[in-house]
Amino acid sequence: MTTLDPLTLAVVQNGLQQVCNEMDLAFSRSAFSPVIAEADDRSDGIYHRDSGELIAQGEGGLPVFVGTMQHSTMTIIERIAQGVTAPPEDGDIYIVNDPYLGGTHLMDVRFAMPFYFRGEMFCWLSNTGHWPDTGGAVPGGFSARATEVEQEGLRLPPVKLFKRGEMDAEILAIIQSNIRIADQRIGDIKAQAAALHVGARRLGELLERHGTETVDEAIREMRRRSDKLMRSYIAEIPDGVYESEAIVDSDGVVDAPLVIALTLTVAGDELDFDFSRSSPPCRGPMNSVIATTYSSVYLAIKHIFPDVPISAGVFEPLKIRRPEGTFLDARYPRPVSGCAAEVSQRIAEAVFAALVQAIPDVVTAAPAGTSGNFALGGHDPAKARSYVMYQLTGGGYGGNAQHDGLTNGCSTIGISKAQPVEVLEQYYPVLFRKYALREGSGGAGRRRGGFGLEYEVEILRGEARASFIMDHGRVGPQGALGGGEGARNRIRVIRGDEDYVPPHLSKDQDIEVGPGDRVEVLTPGGGGYGPAFERSPDAVRRDVQRGYYTAEAAERLFAVRLAGDDLAVDEAATRALRADPAAAAS
Amino acid sequence: MARMMAGIDVGGTFTDLVLLEAAGDGVPARVRVAKTPTTPENQAHGVMRAIGEAGIAPAALDLVLHGTTTTTNAVLERKVAKVGLVTTRGFRDILELGRRTRPAAYGMRGEFEPLVPRERRLEVTERMRVDGQVHIPLDEAEARARILELREMGCESLLIHFLHAYANPAHERRVGEIAAEIWPNGYITLGHELLSEFREYERGTTASINAAVQPILERYLARLRSELADGGYGRDFLVMNGNGGTVASRLVAASAAKTVMSGPASGVKAAAYTARAAGMADVISYDMGGTSTDVALIRGGEPEVSSELQIAYGLPVHLPMIDVKTIGAGGGSIGWIDAGGILKVGPESAGARPGPICYGRGGTRPTVTDANMLLGRLDPEGLLAVDAAVTRGDVEAIFQAELARPLGLSVDAAASAMLTIANTQMAGAIRMVSLARGHDPRDFALFAFGGAGPMHAGALAAEMGLPRVLIPARPGMTNALGCLVADLRQDYVNTVNRPLDEVDFDELGALLADQRARGEAANAEERGEITESDVRHSFDMQFVGQTHILTVAAPEGALTRESLAARFAEAYFERFAVRLPEIRAVLVNANTTVIGYREPVDLAALADPTGRAASLEAAVTSRRPVYFADAWRETPVFSRERLPAGADVAGPAIIEQMDTTIVIEPGTTARLDDIGNIVVDVPLAQPTRRAAE
Repeated sequence: MTTLDPLTLAVVQNGLQQVCNEMDLAFSRSAFSPVIAEADDRSDGIYHRDSGELIAQGEGGLPVFVGTMQHSTMTIIERIAQGVTAPPEDGDIYIVNDPYLGGTHLMDVRFAMPFYFRGEMFCWLSNTGHWPDTGGAVPGGFSARATEVEQEGLRLPPVKLFKRGEMDAEILAIIQSNIRIADQRIGDIKAQAAALHVGARRLGELLERHGTETVDEAIREMRRRSDKLMRSYIAEIPDGVYESEAIVDSDGVVDAPLVIALTLTVAGDELDFDFSRSSPPCRGPMNSVIATTYSSVYLAIKHIFPDVPISAGVFEPLKIRRPEGTFLDARYPRPVSGCAAEVSQRIAEAVFAALVQAIPDVVTAAPAGTSGNFALGGHDPAKARSYVMYQLTGGGYGGNAQHDGLTNGCSTIGISKAQPVEVLEQYYPVLFRKYALREGSGGAGRRRGGFGLEYEVEILRGEARASFIMDHGRVGPQGALGGGEGARNRIRVIRGDEDYVPPHLSKDQDIEVGPGDRVEVLTPGGGGYGPAFERSPDAVRRDVQRGYYTAEAAERLFAVRLAGDDLAVDEAATRALRADPAAAAS
Repeated sequence: MARMMAGIDVGGTFTDLVLLEAAGDGVPARVRVAKTPTTPENQAHGVMRAIGEAGIAPAALDLVLHGTTTTTNAVLERKVAKVGLVTTRGFRDILELGRRTRPAAYGMRGEFEPLVPRERRLEVTERMRVDGQVHIPLDEAEARARILELREMGCESLLIHFLHAYANPAHERRVGEIAAEIWPNGYITLGHELLSEFREYERGTTASINAAVQPILERYLARLRSELADGGYGRDFLVMNGNGGTVASRLVAASAAKTVMSGPASGVKAAAYTARAAGMADVISYDMGGTSTDVALIRGGEPEVSSELQIAYGLPVHLPMIDVKTIGAGGGSIGWIDAGGILKVGPESAGARPGPICYGRGGTRPTVTDANMLLGRLDPEGLLAVDAAVTRGDVEAIFQAELARPLGLSVDAAASAMLTIANTQMAGAIRMVSLARGHDPRDFALFAFGGAGPMHAGALAAEMGLPRVLIPARPGMTNALGCLVADLRQDYVNTVNRPLDEVDFDELGALLADQRARGEAANAEERGEITESDVRHSFDMQFVGQTHILTVAAPEGALTRESLAARFAEAYFERFAVRLPEIRAVLVNANTTVIGYREPVDLAALADPTGRAASLEAAVTSRRPVYFADAWRETPVFSRERLPAGADVAGPAIIEQMDTTIVIEPGTTARLDDIGNIVVDVPLAQPTRRAAE
């Protein structure tokens, strides 16, 4: 039991959180890369000096980084102990992007700074930022056809980019010689380091005020309490064994589905996650490194219980068995570029699908769960320059006990905004012919899924190549408690009179397109929640009036008959249809 | 007879009026105030009642300046006009799809309904390109048919919103002409007219808000106009906009969306005005109420303006508005202990109903207000006398059971801890607001108002390291004062969105001249009120490839490519400490503000000098024990009306006045300045808690 008074404990907790929030803010504000500045694809936190465990993390961080940086920090500590990595000194900052050493994909570059207070190391301050490029076969690093990590870009083990406060020009030169648009990276490197310095200054003030012993004790106590907090949530979940599956369409190289199989055991105040029945490692880039697998489970739990703080204590009652021998525990040199954006979302989907059985009032049916990455790289003759356009899309969210799923929500692992059509057309030689709600895509249910997006974009000038890393083309986001599947992802490339559909449905690379050719993408709808026949006929009528579903679909999916110009509910016919589901479905 | 002006602000609970009788014939300016309950069904009733309560006939008023929440409430409660949308083929769902977000970072749920439901969103064949060239010509017959269809559906208001209309509005204008022939009323909003800025969702949503509230605002203003006229008020009145300026009531409905969020704006306007008169240019305005706290930054005497506010999830209003951030902490915020045993305050609030326990309206959860009462900061007798149903013992028992016992603290210590946590959280939020805009909060004074602001300001300033707190003469009347002191102001935004080296500066000059002419024409409606005019141009800029913009004021002297480039480079360096000479600058938007300054208001009139006591001692009305930090102290309670001018009040002290209670923390000193403000000097932060060794 602690001797700390409850006020000091709460004030220190607020203070540490504030330090992290300010690091997040400083990083985004000064970063040059729009991926960081606009999409907030970064995260900052405080880590334990000896164990590397997470103490506090910024609330504005990208969800997928919940938990990855503690693995990264742990790896650095371990390597220092082994003598592989040089020991820390005041003013040092380590850089690392090796996915196998506690990371995600190569583009997520981590900085770790030992923080010294009055001459003694107190903790680690670390952050992650998504760099627009780290070299490799394709700009941006997302090669759907990579079969080994070397094709994905430059891989850095933990090395000191800053030594006693000075940037190491030689390491910088190596980095700059191996990545695209290298000149802009210096701005991001400075921003990433500056964010850690902002954190150091704030943390120093906190320590001045409360003393290292008090803060240390508060950190120990916070860990204990957040463990207790998480356990109190878990204790509310009925004990039992819950099984679920989520399917990744393919790895981009071999056209076969990858299965995430989860056996979740709820026992008292602990959750045990067993993914060992999942598919073996794959040839293409859909492998997940272990830190990302763990982090995906954490982020799913955080989505289910948004109030729990992000700290190591919260992870304590989550027992995740290391799924050795599966594609969720990839080892060198397996390619991994798809793990942060796609596989992570399938892992989260498996967690949702298992827990919605146990706590149906809290968890939703499956969301669209793909980042919808469409990259168009080409040359614009009118502007005499090359370009790469990224279009990242969302989709429908799952229905839930309280309401229908949200339409066109962001990916499970992201929080960024989509680029407006008026901005994309400004920068790239394209014209959107359509950017619309995808009708009929929400999975049927008592509470239906939200709707996906449907867009069609025409290439106006020059030659270009289209690449896709999406998912849910083979099976849609799953419904829950009898709800229907959300519509599947669809890609179509219209070249002259020819329609091209990628053989892997959701993944492809370097499809050649020219002026007048079009790319059409239909993103997934969310899964439905509860039996569709239990949906209120009035809600179905409203959906048909709005054109969300056709009257025919209302009858087929929801067993509601609408008649006449005003689409009135034919109550008798609806009763009859609902009494005999087989007749309605036929 | 001296000139009489009334500033009237309709808030969520109260309608406030500040009546100023200007100085004349050797008689100094005089002020009267009135506070009446707001009448939500027809705010005009409450307004008229407030005028009556001030003891004046409408006929005697020379000018009425009015702030209303009509449009804000209509949007938040979705009690809006029936709007029909005509838009570009392929894009009817822009308002519903948004920018692919969710309401909170964590939690895969949420709901959103656009202001115009899908069945009333119709498409027509037409398409502009990004450069303003016609890609697909407008099908006029189809447009006419769609408009008739919407009319048949019973739509009252029509919205016409086309892709790239900011680059070439010809199609929107043409459809507007067609609509004018067949639409039964004048409620026709063209997307580009209100906001000629790129980003189809934000522009369209802003326009949809305008279309949705236009009839409602116009009906309300007509009612008020007729009631004022019935009372003999002979002229037009001015209405507060979210940009902190006013506009003639007959013109305001055309851009009705500009009145959204004007409530908090008037408070900030008053804060800027008052602080400037007190000699403080850099101020954080801090309005702590029952359920939330509004914060805004004022630099160089001017409130910061943003064009990227959001009225609710999914409803951005991209019009220049005073940049007010709302923090979910107020007097009604509830203290609780999480499952891990850590004390938390908010975000749950007891609101006005059931409210704090001590209000006796059925509240049963410990709130910040209750903590202030238990600790003697609020007068327990004054509060509990409101309703005998609740005793101090009742409040203590709830604090004991819900907080003190689980934490192992005394009731006093638990209540005090609650205030400390609430202040730490507010300090954190305010720090983020200022840091996000590139400012160090320690360079600012804190301007405290609202029911609870002056009670917390001293402790909050110490927590944040702010040197000074300013509490105006009438903290509870700040919004009405904001109406009274507001100038006439028109803002215009037009997208240019070209690299600076490709901008045609003759065209730019013509654009700015047009903006200026529009603003001057609008202000000319009230030229009698204007003593002096000012035109300001500013530019939203960025580097190629960036998505964030930085707004820079026009360079001194001639506007040239070089001077603008230099201005932007300086501003960027000041904000981000980076120079990027190798990257091209982009001119995103050109903006113009036209201000018509009004006669200055003598703020000293707000404080009534007649009741002042001869000595500080004589201003003490009572003494009571008040809990500070960790001990009870016998503390003098002063009446603000009786404080002698120039007196120094050393903390700990309580200063009470009709509309608020001011807590002077130990170690700080309060002084009454010569225009009736209380200025508290906060010594540089002493560590409030040393390590518990």
